[in-house]
Amino acid sequence: MQFGVFTVGDVTTDPTTGRTLSEHERIKATVEIAKKVEEVGLDVFATGEHHNPPFAAPANPTVLLANIAAQTERIVLSTSTTLITTNDPVRLAEDYAYLQHLAEGRVDLMMGRGNTGPVYPWFGKDIRDGIPLAIENYALLHKLWREESVDWEGKYRTPLQGFTSSPRPLDGVAPFVWHGSIRSPEIAEQAAYYGDGYFHNHIFWPASHAAKMVRFYRQRFEHYGHGTADQAIVGLGGQVFMRKNSQDAVNEFRPYFDNAPVYGHGPSLEDFMQQTPLMVGSPQQVIEQTLGFRDYAGDYQRQLWLVDHAGLPLKTVLEQLDILGEEVVPVLRKEFAALKPAHVPDAPTHASLVDAAGGPRESTVHGVDDVTGKSPATV
Amino acid sequence: MTLKIAVVTAGLSDPSSTRLLADQLAAETVRRLESSGREVDVDVIELRPLAHNLADFMLTGFASGDLEGALASVAHADAVIAVSPVFTASYSGLFKMFFDALDNDALDGTPVLIAATAGTARHSLVLEHALRPMFAYLKAVVVPTGVFAASEDFGSTNGGALTGRVQRAARQLVALLADEAPSRAQRPVKVTIDNPEDTPDFASMLAAASR
Repeated sequence: MQFGVFTVGDVTTDPTTGRTLSEHERIKATVEIAKKVEEVGLDVFATGEHHNPPFAAPANPTVLLANIAAQTERIVLSTSTTLITTNDPVRLAEDYAYLQHLAEGRVDLMMGRGNTGPVYPWFGKDIRDGIPLAIENYALLHKLWREESVDWEGKYRTPLQGFTSSPRPLDGVAPFVWHGSIRSPEIAEQAAYYGDGYFHNHIFWPASHAAKMVRFYRQRFEHYGHGTADQAIVGLGGQVFMRKNSQDAVNEFRPYFDNAPVYGHGPSLEDFMQQTPLMVGSPQQVIEQTLGFRDYAGDYQRQLWLVDHAGLPLKTVLEQLDILGEEVVPVLRKEFAALKPAHVPDAPTHASLVDAAGGPRESTVHGVDDVTGKSPATV
Repeated sequence: MTLKIAVVTAGLSDPSSTRLLADQLAAETVRRLESSGREVDVDVIELRPLAHNLADFMLTGFASGDLEGALASVAHADAVIAVSPVFTASYSGLFKMFFDALDNDALDGTPVLIAATAGTARHSLVLEHALRPMFAYLKAVVVPTGVFAASEDFGSTNGGALTGRVQRAARQLVALLADEAPSRAQRPVKVTIDNPEDTPDFASMLAAASR
């Protein structure tokens, strides 16, 4: 099982000091967090994609992830999420394949639609087309990574004739894809159809919502013949804040909770902990709660936590990562591994996908005309 | 099949004239349905105890506590009786918040009887300029007679005018619940996490997207 963190890159005023980071400070802090994820022995760092304040998340996550790839050796770099609706699938195919090469395959990505209405028209799109955009764009992206010469006609972009997306995916193997959705069964259906992973954010809403979506995805994964329902590839989010003494955790986190984006100024911390998977307490409480996710999500492959939002200072975030790495994840690794039946697979990695494809395949497409850059397929 | 009637009442005091009017409308509706041999199940939803859950809903986007059940009850009702006090020339904020929290397709085709209470009869058009357009937006079938009651209607019989309006409105609501009217179960469903099995097959979604 993989453990890691996902960030939304929010630039939020620290309510206890009134201080707000500059974009520069937030961006550099994000890189520090990613390096710490590797240092403490976690497995995954995932970044959101944003195009508007109050976020300093990259507009193109591959820029940040390439920088982190150069400073780490082991962790998987991922997204939470890559906007499949407003990005051109051609650019996604090219950028993430390039990142695969730079990161030696330590890359996967999570597709999301984005729920901020005003963002869509900035990229010539309309939020009301969210689901059809996600379906059409991903169908093209999927093809671009797998076929050298692509003919394509769809509703949302200009047609392609004999187009070769380059660079080709590393070793001829497309990065693994997760599809994230909180409450749209259509996206769980999409993930199941392709045999891709399904990720539930599992933060802001009751766990019962995640349970329903995961159950549906598993059923459909089996329906499409990718394996049995319990072999489907599931990821969950989560939100934790820990101190040795649980009351200290509650006291320290409360002002951040009360003023947080999304749910701040709403329910009390206690109510929200009861209603959603938020856990503020001791490392032991986090361990017990996380093991409990399995009761409704089944044996799952990836657990990502949100630890750096709502204005928490970098120092505190790094302390949280220390606690995760030293006290929480080693126990969870052991416990989850002991519970997982042998026929349930781990999350796919570049290495496992290369193995499944029968070994690495040198897939460079050499251009035949270096003046016009014309694709070989059209010559 | 038992008919489900949800009564939404936004009165704040106890006793509340809004609740009183809601009860009169519900009782008259039930009496008429039962006298024609129908079985009726009435669920009265007082909004006051849901006020905190509604404020939380505005901020978190999910229904906590009893709000989830209350919204489901209205969404699955065969008919709704909705009664608000008039605050500052319109329905109360609490009343509006409840319907803001409801999915916009939840009342598609549902017969709704609208009613309001106020301290003065000068607010009587609130039903026409506030409640009726809101339920029209929600695609509900609003009963032609709305029932408005001011303080003086509860104080005097006034020739039974209020009672007459209650009876007429209930009669019109019951007429919309005739046997041949499509029940909720027959209406098209919107896919949500509560009915993921209704999600279209992926091949058809893909075909529709690229059409």
